[in-house]
Amino acid sequence: MNEATSRPDSEGVLRAVIVERPGAAVAAILFGLIAIAAMLAPLIAPTNPFDLASLDVLDAELPPRWVQGSDPSFLLGTDAQGRDLLSAILYGTRISLLVGVLAVAIQATIGVPLGLLAGYVGDRLDNIVSRAADIQLSLSTLMMAIIALALFRAALGGESLSRYAVPLLVVVIGLAEWPYFARTARAATQVEAAKDYVRAARALGASDLGIVGRHILPNILSPLIVVATTQIAGAIMAEAALSFLGLGMPVTKPSLGTLIRSGYDLMFAGAWWITVIPGIVLIGLLVSVNVLGDTLRDALDPRLSPR
Amino acid sequence: MSSTRALAAGLAFLARRLTQALLVMLAVLVIAFAVRTSLGDPLREIVGEAVPEAEREQLRHELGLDAPWPVQLARYIGGALHGDLGTSTIYKKPTLEVVPAKFPASFELVLGASLIVLLLSLPAGVYCAVRPRALGARLILGLSVLGISIPVFLTGIFLITIFAVWLGWLPAFGRGETVHLGGWETGLLTLSGLRHLILPALTLSSIMLPLFIRLVRGAMLDELGHDYVRTARAKGAAPLRVWLGHALRNALLPLVAVGGLQVGTLIAYTLLTETVFQWPGMGFLFLEAVTRADIPLITTYLVFVGLLFVITNTIVDILSLMLDPRITLEGTR
Repeated sequence: MNEATSRPDSEGVLRAVIVERPGAAVAAILFGLIAIAAMLAPLIAPTNPFDLASLDVLDAELPPRWVQGSDPSFLLGTDAQGRDLLSAILYGTRISLLVGVLAVAIQATIGVPLGLLAGYVGDRLDNIVSRAADIQLSLSTLMMAIIALALFRAALGGESLSRYAVPLLVVVIGLAEWPYFARTARAATQVEAAKDYVRAARALGASDLGIVGRHILPNILSPLIVVATTQIAGAIMAEAALSFLGLGMPVTKPSLGTLIRSGYDLMFAGAWWITVIPGIVLIGLLVSVNVLGDTLRDALDPRLSPR
Repeated sequence: MSSTRALAAGLAFLARRLTQALLVMLAVLVIAFAVRTSLGDPLREIVGEAVPEAEREQLRHELGLDAPWPVQLARYIGGALHGDLGTSTIYKKPTLEVVPAKFPASFELVLGASLIVLLLSLPAGVYCAVRPRALGARLILGLSVLGISIPVFLTGIFLITIFAVWLGWLPAFGRGETVHLGGWETGLLTLSGLRHLILPALTLSSIMLPLFIRLVRGAMLDELGHDYVRTARAKGAAPLRVWLGHALRNALLPLVAVGGLQVGTLIAYTLLTETVFQWPGMGFLFLEAVTRADIPLITTYLVFVGLLFVITNTIVDILSLMLDPRITLEGTR
């Protein structure tokens, strides 16, 4: 499964990727830029958007610099609270990415061990895990997340929802989608477990735990990485949708979805940038992650290999 | 003889499915009851805050609200069977009048979007499967990645900006004029209603379309790899006939099964679309209930969504049974 051994010339591989899949190369660069900018937000953002004391209502709804009536100190303009939009977007992207990655980490932590177990042990355990995965998947994540957060909000009020928004979003999005990891891990484990090297390891006296952890897991990583990529896009999208509905990040600590929602009310009064600019960033982020995931999947799909 | 056996098997299947559906609905009602008793105070819904505590105690006893929870649960389920799931605190009406009244709006939105999805995803998906390396197929798949990556609420916002704000061609909010047909409030019979439907239906279809194009493509790719396709081609059947008559027919089975699993997702996306377009459907109502903590309305919505879910899944199961050629063959032989 090691790319380097089959193709020793890594520079050639890179060139081949760029020529054959220019979209993937662009997506990788775009994702890299967004991710780095988001991670460095505290260093590169002109202001701290969470510091409510520094906001001035007189600065509210200023347009971006290239539009008439702007203030040169705000490159992308300001939102309804007078917050610098560029800073809000940088910090918001950070929150969106954080929620996405943490939620997928939870999914993988639950799903991968269950899938390994189901695929390796088989029989009744396999049945139970597969049935549970089917049931969980038939209940749509987004719907379950909406219901869970709605009940939380109805029970404890919008105030508590705002305070615990990040952990709540991570848990709600994280718990619901483990079956994707479990199914992939299970199918790949079944294939690997039948191979000679596993039988050889067993003949040499390796424990089951050792075989699964040291031999099978490293060999099923590539399909799992594909799943993780698409799941991150899904989790970012789910977070944005929940925040747009007012069930996610609060206005005081906005994610991209919150910014889009808060700008939507003002859109028809002319302040389009508060919605459109975070919207474009969100789409850029999602498209790049999805294109990367698709490229990885196609590269691993035997049905699409040239005959 | 064998046809009666097939009929019996079909009836047994139907009975099993219906029992399962009833059990799921029972579970949904138990959850709704749990939410209702832990989050809401039925007494406050009836008398409000102003009544003194001693009188409350008295009322609580008279209404049986101090009974042990199994008794109350039984009463709740009994009420549900008689069409009573409580009274909405916002609308001051039985929730089972409020929620179903919003159903036609959501249903017509989903219907419009499904038509668009069906008409476009089948040809596009088949084309992408039979010509995987053609420029057109790559273009469709590229656009479908874009479609999957644009959150449904942003599609809605962009469509409103272009067609309602800039061009002024189509209305942006609400359902327009509606007509009452019996108990069903439809927007499909007036020009204004149809014009109001276009943008929301396009928005909702934009998120389901890429998903279904990929589903059709995946299912077709699976079928095209089978021997019977090669056999049909070898004996001289026209390619179009093999693709549509043989492969697509068999691809429909996994398509219906997987597509049926998307009901929950569809309901969630409908909720988002309704929020963007202020479409007066069930999802819009649910969010209003959440913001104003109308617990009976929230739980009734949950029960209703559970019911929709169970009904569609049962229909999908029966459809799968009907589409499965192995079972049909057994019945006709």
